[in-house]
Amino acid sequence: MLKVLQMEKPTADAARIADQAVLKSLLSDIALSRDKSAFEALFVRFGPRVKGMMIKSGASNDVAEDLVQEVMLTIWRKASLYAPERGNVSTWIFTIARNARIDRLRRQPVQAYVDVDTVSLVCDAPNAETAVMGRQNAEIVRAAMDTLPAEQRDVIDLAFIQFMPQSEIAKTLELPIGTVKSRVRLAYKKLKQNLEELR
Amino acid sequence: MSIHHHLDDASLVRYASGDLDAAFAIVVASHLAMCGKCREAVRLAEAMGGVCLTETPEADLSQGAFMRLSQRIDAELDKDQAQPGEQQTSEAVASADVPLPLSHLIGGSLDDLAWRHVVPGVQRYRIDMADTQSSLYLLKIGSGRTMPEHGHGGTEMTLILRGSYSDVIGKFDRGDIADLDEHVEHQPVVDSTGPCICLVATEEPTRFKGIVGRLMQPLVGI
Repeated sequence: MLKVLQMEKPTADAARIADQAVLKSLLSDIALSRDKSAFEALFVRFGPRVKGMMIKSGASNDVAEDLVQEVMLTIWRKASLYAPERGNVSTWIFTIARNARIDRLRRQPVQAYVDVDTVSLVCDAPNAETAVMGRQNAEIVRAAMDTLPAEQRDVIDLAFIQFMPQSEIAKTLELPIGTVKSRVRLAYKKLKQNLEELR
Repeated sequence: MSIHHHLDDASLVRYASGDLDAAFAIVVASHLAMCGKCREAVRLAEAMGGVCLTETPEADLSQGAFMRLSQRIDAELDKDQAQPGEQQTSEAVASADVPLPLSHLIGGSLDDLAWRHVVPGVQRYRIDMADTQSSLYLLKIGSGRTMPEHGHGGTEMTLILRGSYSDVIGKFDRGDIADLDEHVEHQPVVDSTGPCICLVATEEPTRFKGIVGRLMQPLVGI
């Protein structure tokens, strides 16, 4: 442990991995024992960030507060549906926030956005491959994103932090839509390559 | 199920970031229901969202935000205790033909729909959605029939639910998705023994060419 602490980079990574483990155990405490103190810890951690995202995407302060409540309530209700082998906690919370925002904008009660794990026609249990992916995903994705050229990273940030449509990104950055799409494709490809190298 | 035609990476990312409008999102979600590879791919794209979430600057929450949340949860816990054993109603069950996300809109059967003939050999069932500026519809095209050549007015996605067709891009079977941008021109021919049924989302009315094309216009007429 001491050895790890002496090296800066691995320490950061190790801390993040340990942190992921903490988040997962908080969720499992919520799911299994309806633990409100675990829930509060998760709220303190993610509530302000979810609000930050909503505000960046153009929501008013009131709407953003309201969406934080919705997102956290969904986490409380669905904690038992979170599957650690599928991915990390922040990804799961991101999808809940994305869906809550879409629900707020839409009038029709049809869920076009689904939890990808609940829609399959045939019952496909997570295989070894996805299990490995789930454990490593967070750090690999983060590492890959850190190495993206700024022009690609900017497009990803606009899409995911501000929920900005690709058409809007094109206007904002004064780029043709095709250029925005190819930057998105390149960024995604980089992620996929990094992941595949580890298989 | 072996699927050969998948989502474009740019579309995967649009889905993951919530950028697809409802009509396209339904087509994508229906493909995901049939395609494990794309489900995994969307998960990876969503992981970018997860990283972004942890890097988003925090915004201060209002006073008592957790208290309000805590009260709502207590109310739910009380309700759970008052009504033990009450389960959440399960979602619509996907049939062999209709993927779950689509079954919420049209039910579980492709055969019980009020299909309308648009031209000989081609029937359409329009799916009304409130939150879209695009069109979502099902097409049923008879065996051996050719769709007239058309360029795309905008993005178009086609998911095969039954039968198959071939065009310049290749052969499209059940579960395959044609995720095309505005530059692609294609002329699918149905090559299955029975009709081909596909779910289509279009951004703008598809422009058909020539006289047959004008006859086909009701297919997408808005």
